[in-house]
Amino acid sequence: MSTSEEKTKEVSANADSDSGGAIILFFIIGFVASLIAGWIIFPKLLYCQKKQPIDFNHVLHMEEVDDGCESCHFFREDGTYAGVPKLEQCVGCHEEAVGEDPEEVKFVNEYVAKEREVPWLIYSKQPDCVFFSHAAHVKTAGMDCVTCHGPIGESTSLKVYEENWITGYSRDIWGQNMSGLKEHAWDRMKMDDCAECHVKNNVKQTSVQTKKGACFVCHK
Amino acid sequence: MKKEHEHKAKKYGMVIDLDKCTGCGACMVACMAENNVPFRADETDKLLSITWMRVYKLTNAMPFPKTEICYLPRPCMHCEGSHGHSPCVSVCPATATDYSEATGIVSQIYTRCFGCRYCMAACPYHARYFNWWDPVWPEGMEKYLSPNVSPRMRGIVEKCSFCFHRYQLAMEKAHYEGRHGLEEDEYQTSCTQACPAGAITFGDLNNPHHAVYKLKKSENAFRLLERLGTNPKVYYTSSRKWVRQAGDNYLRDEKDNVIDKSKFRN
Repeated sequence: MSTSEEKTKEVSANADSDSGGAIILFFIIGFVASLIAGWIIFPKLLYCQKKQPIDFNHVLHMEEVDDGCESCHFFREDGTYAGVPKLEQCVGCHEEAVGEDPEEVKFVNEYVAKEREVPWLIYSKQPDCVFFSHAAHVKTAGMDCVTCHGPIGESTSLKVYEENWITGYSRDIWGQNMSGLKEHAWDRMKMDDCAECHVKNNVKQTSVQTKKGACFVCHK
Repeated sequence: MKKEHEHKAKKYGMVIDLDKCTGCGACMVACMAENNVPFRADETDKLLSITWMRVYKLTNAMPFPKTEICYLPRPCMHCEGSHGHSPCVSVCPATATDYSEATGIVSQIYTRCFGCRYCMAACPYHARYFNWWDPVWPEGMEKYLSPNVSPRMRGIVEKCSFCFHRYQLAMEKAHYEGRHGLEEDEYQTSCTQACPAGAITFGDLNNPHHAVYKLKKSENAFRLLERLGTNPKVYYTSSRKWVRQAGDNYLRDEKDNVIDKSKFRN
């Protein structure tokens, strides 16, 4: 009698530890699943993937021009930045196809011949409440293009443009890295990252409310 | 001498000569066009209108033939308060409005504002306006909006920015040319340039080379509600005493006294 009682006790103890293990396992599975959903699946769903109208080869062009990035991406006389070139600048060389690349042929036939601007998708286009001065960063602070834009001049094709389904903004204005652990400036480019770099480089912190950078430096 | 001032903190402000103002309203129109200020089909209810720059009509309330009229344009005063603590900046719970020590301009960040309207209650000049609706422009007019000024949405507060985008663009040009400061004529507000009578003068109140520096020291100069201690950066001048007195509130027995302005100036 006593042995059978002991047996039942053992069995119930085993069952207890089994269900405890199952709960922990269930919790871990759920935790990992939500992490995967939040960090990998949702960000993928949040952005739609768009291809540029023409696959542009930066390396090929860098070999041809004398002035590096500024040959095509230049400042206007009033200090504003021209950004992505207009058709007018391309036509200088591409009145007719120079090579045999199908992308170039497409460019000449679709846009140059028809005198249509290429609807480039601009990775770094900011929301309209943001004011960014290239002149302040490049001329006064003496920064390189690569510091913020990365080695785009060494790329042979344009990357996929990721557009936020909800806001319509490009993913690159915030960067790919959500965690904030960044190696390069372009990994994460939120407002805090702008502010962080301004503090590091001794930009005057003139806000009365926060003692940090004033709003009307980068906002309009 | 000039070099020194280029690096000193700026304090942008205005001096408005009320003797020159004819009340034509060109400043109001120029301001609305420059800053993408929305308007309604029916603007009869002025409590709902948004007017960053507003021309008020003052009268001395005397019977004919002694009746006199004065028009008073009122932008945001960009109050400095004491050390930048202007009434609106002090109360904003969202840090949506801020005072910059570099320019002395009170900023309003539309994406940050959540529309509690505490600042509107705090502002003694009625310089702040609430967007009760999303802006709607007549068809085709949205193409004429300025890309340099962010349009506002329903549910937030907006106000005069001293055309701050013009400062940003002027600074951008200065950066491009390797300069660190601006000339007086490089940064002027839209209303200043639109005034056909030349009543508005705009510039750096800290810079002795700017016209406003001398004008603000005129004995006919006064500021609105000076006794509140808001320390505004918009000065008015008028040769008429009743106009100068209309700028503040007085007790009946001190009506003819001149208030000690030095107490409120720094």
